[in-house]
Amino acid sequence: MTSDFLLNLAQAVTKGLLTGMVYGLMALGLSVIFGVMRVVNFAHGEMMVVGMYLAWMGFEYLEVSPLLSLPLIAAIFFAVGYGLQRSLISPFIGRPEHQQFLLLLAVAILLVNACLAIAGPDSRGVQMESQFDSYELGPLVLDAVRLHAALAAVAIALLLWLFFSRTRTGKSIRAAADNHLAALVVGLDVRRLYAFTFGVGAACVGAAGALMITIIPVTPFLAAEYTLLAFVIVIVGGLGSMTGALMGGLLIGVSEAVAGLLVQPSLKSMFSFGLLILVLLLRPQGLFGKSNS
Amino acid sequence: MSPFLHVDKVDLFYGDAQALDGVSLEIAAGEIVAIVGANGAGKSSLIRTIHGIDKPVHGSIRFDGVDIAGWPSHRVCEAGIGHVAEGRQVFPNLSVLENLEMGATPRHARALEKQTLERVFTLFPRLSERRRQAAGTLSGGEQQMLAIGRCLMGQPRLIMFDEPSLGLAPTIVHEVFRIVRRLNEEGLTILLVEQNVMASLKIAHRGYVLENGRIELSGTGGELLNDDRVRQAYLGL
Repeated sequence: MTSDFLLNLAQAVTKGLLTGMVYGLMALGLSVIFGVMRVVNFAHGEMMVVGMYLAWMGFEYLEVSPLLSLPLIAAIFFAVGYGLQRSLISPFIGRPEHQQFLLLLAVAILLVNACLAIAGPDSRGVQMESQFDSYELGPLVLDAVRLHAALAAVAIALLLWLFFSRTRTGKSIRAAADNHLAALVVGLDVRRLYAFTFGVGAACVGAAGALMITIIPVTPFLAAEYTLLAFVIVIVGGLGSMTGALMGGLLIGVSEAVAGLLVQPSLKSMFSFGLLILVLLLRPQGLFGKSNS
Repeated sequence: MSPFLHVDKVDLFYGDAQALDGVSLEIAAGEIVAIVGANGAGKSSLIRTIHGIDKPVHGSIRFDGVDIAGWPSHRVCEAGIGHVAEGRQVFPNLSVLENLEMGATPRHARALEKQTLERVFTLFPRLSERRRQAAGTLSGGEQQMLAIGRCLMGQPRLIMFDEPSLGLAPTIVHEVFRIVRRLNEEGLTILLVEQNVMASLKIAHRGYVLENGRIELSGTGGELLNDDRVRQAYLGL
């Protein structure tokens, strides 16, 4: 065990933590939607990819950095998510899971093929000067883009926490998730709150997409991979738990990076799924989830 | 004078099963009206229908002159109807304070939120002591106080109580009825649904007996308490 190896390991872990924060933000969107209305968003990875494409287009055609177009992308995602819930998903709430699954699968197929039709199958990335910058932290080297993306993800997660703990709408959403009948009893407009929740979840994943495009290029086929990844993260972290989604993101980010170092990058998913199996065996409710008993 | 709440020939179905069959009743402003009946007679269905949680097929529900039948529940709350639900229905993972804040959801209640909170804490000092605690950790009696306090936060003009004494210790039950009476003395109109027939008819001005989704009897609280059918069926006398 050489000090070289330890340094490489530390480097991989750092890289994984930074990417993991963006993963966490992505998974947060899935977790919020499921936690509040028990709808599993099977189009989550597809929405992530759409976010990446939007940021790429902003950069390619309008020369706006993804970090700057992020607020607008998040706002668009919020509005579309709100409308989608109000129109399409709302009638499916409370229906059997396979019906929800088919609906959202249809949305996923539409989104991915729209991306394919508009941007083509080639991988699209942004070339920014900051991609060549790095910060040094002792012996560790931090990629500038990864660090910026991670900090932005943390800032957004913090905003989300403030929203849910301080604002009336945020508390109302938690209340509706906590006891649906009670929400009706006190006079909360649950349909509006659900639409708002889907909007918030969509905004998270849209923002995560805008951040992710600064780290890796996008192809339409990444979508299914991200959907799976988001599922792995929320199940590892604990379904419906915000802390769980963020911690799960970090854990999966680190496991992928370490897998890349120890074995080879193409096998990184094996590590994530291995972690998933381990969690399901030892702590099925997830690391931060509450058990049903 | 037209009644404050006027339920007129309301029919409610759950699938094929009829839960309410032509139910009509009136409540005047300032009254306590009790609805008594056996389990499954349709008492809770009636309250849920007035509140807009269940939708009636036929009939009208006029509150303060406006037909509210079929309105979504949040609009019914905005209109000034409060609901203390069966089983208390607190938000278990929200703090006591957050539960009370949620009670002030109707728009007209927001401006007075601070004053009402003071009033609720005066009425229920225990809630003030436990304001930071998650509501799910409270005892049954405390949760009932929280449910009542939360309802008051919405500034209702009419409160519907659904089985407020269910599952509570006798001393707490006594306390709950005392509070219902006190709120009425302060000017609130009360619709009280109870299995505790004796206690509810004692404090009610008038009462209705609901059986199999139908109103079978009505009268003043005293009349019903002395009615042979009521005494046999509900009081075991």
